[in-house]
Amino acid sequence: MMLSGGMAHAAFGGIGMGYFLNIEPIIGALVFATVSSLGVVAIKEKSKASADTIIGMFWTLGMALGIIFISLTSGYPPDISSYLFGDILTVSKMDLYIMGVLDCIVVFIVMGFFNYIKAYLFDKEFSDIIGINIKLIEYMVFLFIAFSVVVLIRVIGIMLVIALLTVPPAISKLLTYNLRNIMGLSIIFGLLFSLLGLLLSYKLHIASGATIIIVSVCAYIISLVAIKLLKRDVIV
Amino acid sequence: MNAIEIEDLNVDYNNVNVLKDINLTIENKEFVAIIGPNGGGKTTLLKAILGLVKPSTGEIRIYGNRQKNKSKFIGYVLQFTKFEKAFPIDVFDVVLMGRLKSSIKIFYKYSKEDIEYAKNIMNMLDIYAFKDRQIGQLSGGQLQRVLIARALCMETKILLLDEPTACLDEQSKVNIYEILKELNKDMTILIVSHDTSFVFSYIDKIACLNQKLFYHGEPELNKNTMDKVYGCPVDAIAHGDIPHRVFRSHEGEL
Repeated sequence: MMLSGGMAHAAFGGIGMGYFLNIEPIIGALVFATVSSLGVVAIKEKSKASADTIIGMFWTLGMALGIIFISLTSGYPPDISSYLFGDILTVSKMDLYIMGVLDCIVVFIVMGFFNYIKAYLFDKEFSDIIGINIKLIEYMVFLFIAFSVVVLIRVIGIMLVIALLTVPPAISKLLTYNLRNIMGLSIIFGLLFSLLGLLLSYKLHIASGATIIIVSVCAYIISLVAIKLLKRDVIV
Repeated sequence: MNAIEIEDLNVDYNNVNVLKDINLTIENKEFVAIIGPNGGGKTTLLKAILGLVKPSTGEIRIYGNRQKNKSKFIGYVLQFTKFEKAFPIDVFDVVLMGRLKSSIKIFYKYSKEDIEYAKNIMNMLDIYAFKDRQIGQLSGGQLQRVLIARALCMETKILLLDEPTACLDEQSKVNIYEILKELNKDMTILIVSHDTSFVFSYIDKIACLNQKLFYHGEPELNKNTMDKVYGCPVDAIAHGDIPHRVFRSHEGEL
């Protein structure tokens, strides 16, 4: 969770750079998120510092760079809030293509190496002992987190990415403990919340990203309560 | 041929000498226990044997072999506190992990033989009934059997276990040792343990470790060796059908 937050904020530096160099901000974000995710793994290995410490640094460094780049950009200051809080209506065709490609890469990696990723996430030491190249898997995992974050930035924004990455799996975990099912359910929940949030924001004329988050968190609370109630019924 | 040969092994962690001049030979199909105080280097020795820790000097040979990747020969059961118990994975998947090969293949699926193999081992260890449970929903003894099953799935000739009976009740301990004794018919087993009272009725040989290897041989200890290893008087251990112990009085106590 810290990791996705860190990636998102590091990506902000990329967005700033994108504006500064006059290229698509999402490409800047992608570059920054990728570099910082690989950077976290590499530094973690060399320095023995905990992942959280390093992520914290990338998190703030990204924000700082972003602010500096944007203040250096000449002309009208770009609309930063659409990146901070997301604005699904300003997504360009270019963004859509990039998001599509990233989605495919992430899905491909996860499906292709599912058993290894599961083994790595569950028990790193044992995976190492049976001779799996855990460094490679670690880079892969960090990379696809970076990609997922970049995809989500345009939709709900940097500040809110964390919620959409954590809430759907949290709800799924209440229902099943099979990793494959959790991933599948999370996708469905994520879609559901996004669509519902969009619909509400359209009807009520409020910010789309924020609405999606409110819908997700409410859904989590409701499902938590619902499952508690259901379980009590079973016992009684 | 000897299963494990360790020659003049020294291991240092950031200038701290953890293992000093270790010489140890474990024969094929022997059941050996390493005992010693916490911080005595027991886990480090296992890791060195596995190739996870680099020796500063010295040599470790597995069946006369010096290569770095030892996973073909050694199965490992680690202390079970090391992973997150809430992780969404069921028992069958954990056991199947032992069938993963070291080379990463894209879209790798467990073969029918893999699944059959895991099934047999789980039946043998009496855990097949729990195969769909989440890993955190097992008792300590069941979890330990799952981890042993996973190591057995690696089809190795040597099995290393790091405190497999820590935090278990007496019945579960006996259960685990019975399983190991059975496995010992075909495998070399090296175990790290604090259960000095239990270990002796099952093993062929012990090794007492506290930075240096103090004793290594038949499991009949005299007071001197135990005092040297643990640095204080300990239970004296007798050998017999039923493990029993006699408490030796502490110095200055009367």
